[in-house]
Amino acid sequence: MSNSTQIGTEQMNTDQDNIVIRINQMHKWYGQFHVLKDINLDVTRGEKIVICGPSGSGKSTMIRCINRLEEHQKGDIIVDGTELTNDLKNIEAVRREVGMVFQHFNLFPHLTVLENCTLAPIWVRKTPRLEAEEIAMQYLERVKIPDQANKFPGQLSGGQQQRVAIARSLCMKPRIMLFDEPTSALDPEMIKEVLDVMIELASEGITMLCVTHEMGFAKTVADRVIFMDGGEIIEENVPQEFFDNPQHERTKLFLSQILNH
Amino acid sequence: MSETTLSQPQRNIVSRLWNDKETRSIIIQIIAFAAIFALFFYMVRNAVINLEAIGKDISFDFLWQPASYDISQSLVEYTSRSSHFTAMIVGIINTLLIAVFGILLSTVLGFLLGVLRLSKNWVTNKLAYVYIEYTRNVPVLLHILLIHGLIVHALPLPKNAINVSDAAFLTNRGFFLPSPEIQPLFWFVLALFVMGIIFSIWFRSYAKRVQDETGKYYPVFWISLSAIMGFPLIMYFLLGSPIDWQIPELKGFNYKGGMVIRPEFIALWIALSCYTAAFIGEIVRSGITAVSWGQTEAASALGVSRGRTLSLVVIPQALRIIIPPLTSQYLNITKNSSLAIAIGYMDIVATIGGISLNQTGREMECMTIVLLLYLTFSLLISAFMNWYNKRIKLTER
Repeated sequence: MSNSTQIGTEQMNTDQDNIVIRINQMHKWYGQFHVLKDINLDVTRGEKIVICGPSGSGKSTMIRCINRLEEHQKGDIIVDGTELTNDLKNIEAVRREVGMVFQHFNLFPHLTVLENCTLAPIWVRKTPRLEAEEIAMQYLERVKIPDQANKFPGQLSGGQQQRVAIARSLCMKPRIMLFDEPTSALDPEMIKEVLDVMIELASEGITMLCVTHEMGFAKTVADRVIFMDGGEIIEENVPQEFFDNPQHERTKLFLSQILNH
Repeated sequence: MSETTLSQPQRNIVSRLWNDKETRSIIIQIIAFAAIFALFFYMVRNAVINLEAIGKDISFDFLWQPASYDISQSLVEYTSRSSHFTAMIVGIINTLLIAVFGILLSTVLGFLLGVLRLSKNWVTNKLAYVYIEYTRNVPVLLHILLIHGLIVHALPLPKNAINVSDAAFLTNRGFFLPSPEIQPLFWFVLALFVMGIIFSIWFRSYAKRVQDETGKYYPVFWISLSAIMGFPLIMYFLLGSPIDWQIPELKGFNYKGGMVIRPEFIALWIALSCYTAAFIGEIVRSGITAVSWGQTEAASALGVSRGRTLSLVVIPQALRIIIPPLTSQYLNITKNSSLAIAIGYMDIVATIGGISLNQTGREMECMTIVLLLYLTFSLLISAFMNWYNKRIKLTER
């Protein structure tokens, strides 16, 4: 892990072009409530980032700003060279390249698993149906549920539904994947099957931002762990350093709370 | 000895049967069936005895006797010398006319209101809110009387009619519109219209095939619309407008020629539609809000545009919630049309259930006919809506 950061620092110049997400002095308010305070974050291509922090710390809100499911009020967010403004075309262009997996799956209950996976490729990417279905089957195989393709989401277990949701996002061939607490709504025995899929995905070079409390996952795949509290990024570091040698009191408190149970 | 009540064999047979889940359900059903049958038998017997006492039989022969009354609005040929049966047919047509036009207008208005209620624009949202709360909290009979009153009292006499570009005339005796007189060349336009419909049906499946194979999609709706409406319209003007419009003219105290929509029809139609639209608006709003926001977010996150999110994700799910209560509203509008009698619109209740009944004294027969007619219409609407509901439900699981 520490190796990769060294290489990262040596390649500072080329990194400028390699930055896929740049968040610069970003603020967000819900009415009077200041949810996100001065967020600065650069993500390089292929980087895996895990974001953790107590509930209400703004971690979900932050990654939801990246595909503009939430609007920020101050500062800039540039995703893959496109700045997020009120321009709907830009927003749709960014969303095509950024996949998202939600805590509650949000599968379309009136469509089969296969139709869930082909909807966006067909209507957004204008892929021929047969081709879209082939791609969908490939990804369903990768998440290990090709045999469920013609079932409806309601007939699957939580873990299977979340794997379909991952496959659905991957069918758009995104360059960036956002995970918003993907395992928080799952029964313990189903968490592993979803994490396994995510670990496999991480090994393939896609850029990943993941809000999660699964610290084992963070240790295995993350290049960087970010700790947020009260709407601010408190600390960020490579996983080893982050877990073994946390700098801030709040980080220490948080880690002791989630690791000691 | 005191334990005997608890031991199984000692319990009496009634208690044992009553406390068995299955036999209890059978017993309840038998009792309920017997009670309903007894009540029905009592009522029929009562009617037969009472009719006998006043020397009446049950006979539908009166239907073929002359009705001897006039009906202001009739789509079939009817004079005061026509039979009661013809009067009934006129009533049926008038009821169906109100029901069909009412359902159409209330659906359009209702969906519009529902969408406006969901609008983030404060003004449109509150306007729709005020409209809905006012309309649905005032009895529909008052709406009918109010709108009828407005037309009859606020609109001018024929000699001062409101003139809409020398073709239509709005008066307190009705709306006078030009009536079409079809020339032979018009059949070309009609043929093109029919071809447009056939083309659209074919084009729909063609477009789907093209999309399946190449991924390209056509604006099916707009192409179909121009095939069905656009080309026939162009043809119509190319052929030199092959319809002679007969424009109503003021002759004496009233307009002659053209066609007239009676104030009673307009009042009933507008009042029932506006009233029912308020309910449909709420049904549509609740149906759309019932689809979780997560669905819209998931579609947006995939880059699906707003319009397609609505048509592919939200509406298919909302319809499943909207259709059953919408069916009730369609039944309501059909049955509420019987309030027509308050303003003298000649529907089923006013014809066969009103004047015919009074003139012949055949109350049992007339009321049975009216009841069966409403029952038939309602069941037909229910059957259609249930079929539609099942069709869209099939795509769930």
